[in-house]
Amino acid sequence: MTKSDVILKMNHITKSFGPVKALREVNLEVARGEIHAICGENGAGKSTLMNVLSGVYPHGSYSGEIMFNGQECKFRKILDSEAQGIVVIQQELALSPFLSIAENIYVGNEQQHAGVIDWEETRSKASKILKLVGLDENPNTKVMDIGVGKQQLVEIAKALSKHVTLLVLDEPTAALNDEDSAHLLQLVRDLRDKQGVTSIIISHKLNEIAAIADDVTIIRDGSTVGWMAVSPETPLDQEELVRKMVGRELNNLYPEHEPHIGKDIFEVRDWTVHHPLDRERLVVNHANFHARSGEIVGFAGLMGAGRTEMAMSIFGHAYGSGISGEVYVEGKKVNTSSVSRAIHAGLAYATEDRKVFGLNLLQNIRENASLASLLKHSTFGVMDGSAERLAVEKYRKEFHIKTSTIEEKVSNLSGGNQQKVVLAKWVISDPDILILDEPTRGIDVGAKYEIYEIIDELANQGKAVIVISSELPELIGICDRIYTMSQGVITDDVDRKGFTQEYLMKRMTEDRKNMAKVVIK
Amino acid sequence: MSVVAETPQEAKGKKSAGVLAPITSNLRQYGMVGALIVIVAVFEVLTGGVLLQPNSFVSLIQQNAYVIILAVGMVMVIIATHIDLSVGSLVGFIGGCAALLMQNANMNWFLAIIVALIIGLAVGVWQGFWVAVVGIPGFITTLAGMLIFRGLATTMINASIPINSVPFDAIAADYLPNILGFWGPFDGLSIVVGIAAIVFYAWSSMRKRAKIVRVGLVPEAISLTYIKIGIAAVVIAFITYLLASSGSSSEGGIPIILVIVAALVFIYNFILTRTVFGRHVYAAGGNRRAAILSGINTKRVDFSLFVHMGFLSAVAAIAMLSRLSSASASTGTSFEMDAIAACFVGGTAVTGGIGTIPGVVIGAVVMGVINQGLSIMGVDSAIVQTIKGLVLLLAVAVDIMSKRNRK
Repeated sequence: MTKSDVILKMNHITKSFGPVKALREVNLEVARGEIHAICGENGAGKSTLMNVLSGVYPHGSYSGEIMFNGQECKFRKILDSEAQGIVVIQQELALSPFLSIAENIYVGNEQQHAGVIDWEETRSKASKILKLVGLDENPNTKVMDIGVGKQQLVEIAKALSKHVTLLVLDEPTAALNDEDSAHLLQLVRDLRDKQGVTSIIISHKLNEIAAIADDVTIIRDGSTVGWMAVSPETPLDQEELVRKMVGRELNNLYPEHEPHIGKDIFEVRDWTVHHPLDRERLVVNHANFHARSGEIVGFAGLMGAGRTEMAMSIFGHAYGSGISGEVYVEGKKVNTSSVSRAIHAGLAYATEDRKVFGLNLLQNIRENASLASLLKHSTFGVMDGSAERLAVEKYRKEFHIKTSTIEEKVSNLSGGNQQKVVLAKWVISDPDILILDEPTRGIDVGAKYEIYEIIDELANQGKAVIVISSELPELIGICDRIYTMSQGVITDDVDRKGFTQEYLMKRMTEDRKNMAKVVIK
Repeated sequence: MSVVAETPQEAKGKKSAGVLAPITSNLRQYGMVGALIVIVAVFEVLTGGVLLQPNSFVSLIQQNAYVIILAVGMVMVIIATHIDLSVGSLVGFIGGCAALLMQNANMNWFLAIIVALIIGLAVGVWQGFWVAVVGIPGFITTLAGMLIFRGLATTMINASIPINSVPFDAIAADYLPNILGFWGPFDGLSIVVGIAAIVFYAWSSMRKRAKIVRVGLVPEAISLTYIKIGIAAVVIAFITYLLASSGSSSEGGIPIILVIVAALVFIYNFILTRTVFGRHVYAAGGNRRAAILSGINTKRVDFSLFVHMGFLSAVAAIAMLSRLSSASASTGTSFEMDAIAACFVGGTAVTGGIGTIPGVVIGAVVMGVINQGLSIMGVDSAIVQTIKGLVLLLAVAVDIMSKRNRK
């Protein structure tokens, strides 16, 4: 692929985190004045690539070269790339909610004379830029008082205040409703046509990419796997795109699993959750699903599909607001409104982010693994140290946690072994239903296999295991049934027979408008 | 992230634990004990042997009892990522209440102590309510408490209120009765208690070890257990000697306040290390979100901690009132800072999750020895304060730098 006027060329970018290669030999070429989309599954390396571009990962921490406007760039910090006109708008908005729109636009770039801020100039310039992005708000309004869609526009206004030539938008519409999304995309088009701004847009919404992109680069497992041009004559072939995004061979990375499926033991009806801060926004929309004893049920979906949010809201209302719906365990309606009630009802939830939500890194394996079942190992509130040790020791051996003693700090363990500690914690609490959120995230192939074996074993003991994963091959490899979710809605309930990556990906990227209510069998 | 691994085998097996493993993993604790021994030795020399004379040892205990009592509660509060600034004011306020009850209402001294403890618990409930139920950070709640209770103490106590109750004053000043008489120059009871303590320590160490073996786990090396018992025996024997030869010809031995402090240290160490509640405290402090997702009611933990702190403030208030034999509005000023300093010198993490009761006891004793040693040497109290500040800074700096080196 050679283009006439190339503004950005990233050649052979390789970036490792410890032993793990997040990017290898990635190439990206963006032509001046185009809208270039980057597609890939969660964790394919899209955001990492943009962090390399912006200087979040400084020159020297990766290999490969970045050519921008024909010159090689060695950015050491974000300011270096911004000085060249490259502005990245992160997925998580970086606005200060208590400051005004104008203050946010010029934060770090204050309109000043000898260190004294010129407020009049700040406001008048901010007003002009706001007009440019089509945001009809007083620049003195606090950012917390405007909606997410408008906040996204403030981010773009902030970028424009810095003489941007290359704008990078990471999942800009993930949190927006349809109307705001349409407005934002139109704005990106206008910037291209009127200001000559080149944009790179990362998105999971394929319709959006089809509508806006001139070029698409596809990244999979940290490598560039394809490039597609889009024009009015040759519209984007979405099927082809999906194939490229997922197209990898399934080999026997997964243990043989002979399902022994019993009766229904877990059912969720009409589960609805709103965003914790924005009560208007539906995060999970009337979800219905069930799981049977001995069954491994997968939840497939892309970022923002609402899987984690659904799981956490079911598990003790640990996420969200305005939660409604019913949970049944073995046919009986149960109250899961606090975590201890949920545990009591027989639920367990192993988090996707083990360092933030799963483990106390200051403590050892024993103290972490027994945390959810302290009462079980105590009499009148006094711990029975040996009972606790025996329980944890049992799972250290069964799960092959690679350490000589359960008194080892969990912070000294590798990711895979930390994950086993999290699993041990929940297995010790002896639940009937285990929800495992991204159980193999960030761990290597060998440890993954061991985790799959543990999951199989738990199912064979008659537990219902629900696995949330962003890796389709993994779900296909281990699950008996998969629910697909898109934008807060369960879009399908797929049996083993229907397991293909293409089909699942299609249901995971389903647009809200086309979604029919799924009838649960 | 779904990632691609370079090496198929992760966790290249941690080095197997030898004799040194338990020592290196508890390096901080051993390091602190070592530092304490060095400091004691230095002041023993600087003061020409006065520091470790029996009577100055006893006064060291009597003077610093309140710091240990408050620090025992403070360390739990800090482990749970809170702080309590109100304890100094509470010492003044509750002491004032007890003094008024005894002097103005002619209440029996024992009953007054009970009422004082109840007041302490009630204040703890009050502060726990604002922190756990309303959700005001502990720093702000107790900053308000500091002002509120100092204000109330000043309003209640116009001039100082002297205490005339002899048994009450004895709590801080007197010794346990010489029920076994004097054995030569030594108090018999102290020697019996000292020997009992050594035997108990040895017995419980061996019992713990036997239990570990019984459930099929690998214990520490037996030589290490013997070394620990040996060191403990020497230290206890020396303290026993000091206590047994303290006092005058008519009384001496174990100070009553030492019994109170030792009991509190023992009980709270048990609570923090052996009970479900203790584990909840560490869990909430180490990673609050993970604790909540493990079914721990962290609000209840917060609430209980402030109730405990209120109770311990009341104990400290009684000890202080007894020691001074009078209540005044300024009693307890900046005690919270002494307790907090003892926690941090004793290895408690500023960010919570880490800290032990033995650690803060050592921290309090380090500060106490420096204080005592310098005053024996006749150093001006303003200079003493400056030096204590520098010691705090140094202790935490060493801690932070040793952590950084390990990475």
